[in-house]
Amino acid sequence: MSPNKTVNNKDNQDKFPDSKGHFGLYGGRYVGETLMPALLELDEAYNKIVPDPSFQFEFKRLLQDYVGRPTPLFYAKRLSEYLKGAYIYLKREDLAHTGAHKINNTLGQALLAKRMGKTKLIAETGAGQHGVATATAAALFGMECRIFMGTEDIHRQAPNVQRMKLLGAEVVPVTSGTMTLKDAMNEAMRFWVGAVRDTFYVIGSVAGPHPYPVMVREFQKVIGNETREQILKKSGGLPAVLIACVGGGSNAMGLFYAFMNDPVEMIGVEAAGKGIETGKHAATLGQGTVGVLHGSKSYMLQDEQGQIQEAHSIAAGLDYPGVGPEHSLLKDLNRVQYVSIDNNQALEAFKLLCVLEGIIPALESSHAIACAMAEAARRPQNEIIIVNLSGRGDKDLDIVSAYNFK
Amino acid sequence: MTNRIDNTFEALKQKKEKALIGFITAGDPNISGSLNIITAMCKSGLDILELGVPFSDPTADGPVIQQSSARALKDGVNLRAVLEMTGRLREETSIPIILFSYYNPIYAYGAKAFYKDALTAGADGVLVVDLPPEESDEMTSQWSGNEVALIRLVAPTTPLKRMAQIAQSASGFIYLVSKTGVTGSDGLDTEDINDKIELLRSTTKLPICVGFGISTADDVAAIAAVADGVVIGSAFERLIEDNLDNPDLASILANKVYEFKKATKLMGS
Repeated sequence: MSPNKTVNNKDNQDKFPDSKGHFGLYGGRYVGETLMPALLELDEAYNKIVPDPSFQFEFKRLLQDYVGRPTPLFYAKRLSEYLKGAYIYLKREDLAHTGAHKINNTLGQALLAKRMGKTKLIAETGAGQHGVATATAAALFGMECRIFMGTEDIHRQAPNVQRMKLLGAEVVPVTSGTMTLKDAMNEAMRFWVGAVRDTFYVIGSVAGPHPYPVMVREFQKVIGNETREQILKKSGGLPAVLIACVGGGSNAMGLFYAFMNDPVEMIGVEAAGKGIETGKHAATLGQGTVGVLHGSKSYMLQDEQGQIQEAHSIAAGLDYPGVGPEHSLLKDLNRVQYVSIDNNQALEAFKLLCVLEGIIPALESSHAIACAMAEAARRPQNEIIIVNLSGRGDKDLDIVSAYNFK
Repeated sequence: MTNRIDNTFEALKQKKEKALIGFITAGDPNISGSLNIITAMCKSGLDILELGVPFSDPTADGPVIQQSSARALKDGVNLRAVLEMTGRLREETSIPIILFSYYNPIYAYGAKAFYKDALTAGADGVLVVDLPPEESDEMTSQWSGNEVALIRLVAPTTPLKRMAQIAQSASGFIYLVSKTGVTGSDGLDTEDINDKIELLRSTTKLPICVGFGISTADDVAAIAAVADGVVIGSAFERLIEDNLDNPDLASILANKVYEFKKATKLMGS
């Protein structure tokens, strides 16, 4: 049973989402009435402002001159040789300004916010990369910025907390629930309800109510567009498979989208945490059921009564019991295969990439690397694997040292 | 068809009173304690009960109701238990019972079974806080009838045209959210609320009840002067939170109902 290599045809791809943000059964807008007019306003502004040539010109200029795009597509020669299998290429989003792909999206949303006349930005963050990227965009555009972050994540991703503060953002500690990304998003939504008139909520993943999933995909699709052009130029052909980690799923959608109609396999890598069998994981698509959380319908980790369960991962950015609605559809269509990698496998991959390639990857991206290592070893040498190296690992040094030297 | 909600508003109109609507998280602090509290409140003059279904991620609620939801969940209270509680309360009281829930517990239960079981238990209405009209067909299309009212929210941000659309698919009464923010936020702008009520009245004949941030008898009197009903949630839940170990918890809540109910009778004075 191998995954479908394409979603049949172009029409099929373009029909998602519908005008109300439904990706088949998934997506939509499940929010309280106070936020509905704001989402309708945002949808209208998004459809009017983003396609405008002057917006596109400014956005592209920022991606080039400020973010440093295009990011390189790097052939990981020593890693490939070590594994004695397929060629592994790394899409170096870790080299984007602020150290992760998140900046593509925050600049897009902040630019939109500015043109809508909003003066304040808020965001949730898990690993802190989206928080840093939002704080950066706010500084660049002279906007006020408030970042909601669970206290568990504040503790384990301390360097990013300092960065956000240096960039002039206020970091609001979230102590409710599991004190991680899910609760940071709850708190950001609560704050937004009270500040909706002058505040733009910058959601960091292809999750949340419509139009966020489609908007974040739009701002992240540059990753796949560049990658497709780069690999055709470098190898004269398409890759066999694309691999990206999936928490909410923005770096994966960003890489996959440009290849949706190509005969290319795609693998989304979720966090198996301490092991699927322990129940302490974040394998939402692998183990979850359909429900409604944070404004959209999607797979999620929940009990039979519809109460959301705790997720677990060493990577704060994957430690989330939900997932973007488009991934739920891609899973059902069997267009993307979703697998999981546990904490230990991710740490092994982290170490290997450090010593073999001189690249310190984020723990989130290390999940994708671990999956690529297994794929490379079992694939023929003439195949190409592209991994989205979505972020750099400076923020994770404390966690990694604690594991290495225990 | 007449029902308990319509009858209640009609009877209050005859008496020149406004409705006192109380929100209580079902099963807070536990099921038996909650049944005692609610029964006592019903006997002290509560006109309509909003029974909150606990949810793990209550994004529209402030800290007080978040905590109440967490206490109930800790005691294992889920939608099934809330429906059982509704049946037991129905034996004790004839006031309308509105189930107040986030959508996910209902989705997990199944909308069809939920309608049937809610009706059997004696619920009169449902308010699903994160299910706007744009998405609610998927739930109501599975309902086998319209004997359970679908209470709709109108917010301070809702423009006039949208108010009319919302009113069209609403039944029972309209719940007007007094302010932007989560439940239990401070500060009431009665003048602004007045304006919203007037706008809303131009779109619907349904009773208009106002909630969010109403915490004192003076607030109740001010809102009762202009609306058809006043919804109190966090103020009741705060009393529960402050008196968790107090053996007189039920009568403390009952006294508060009595005080607020008095304030709904003072119109024009």
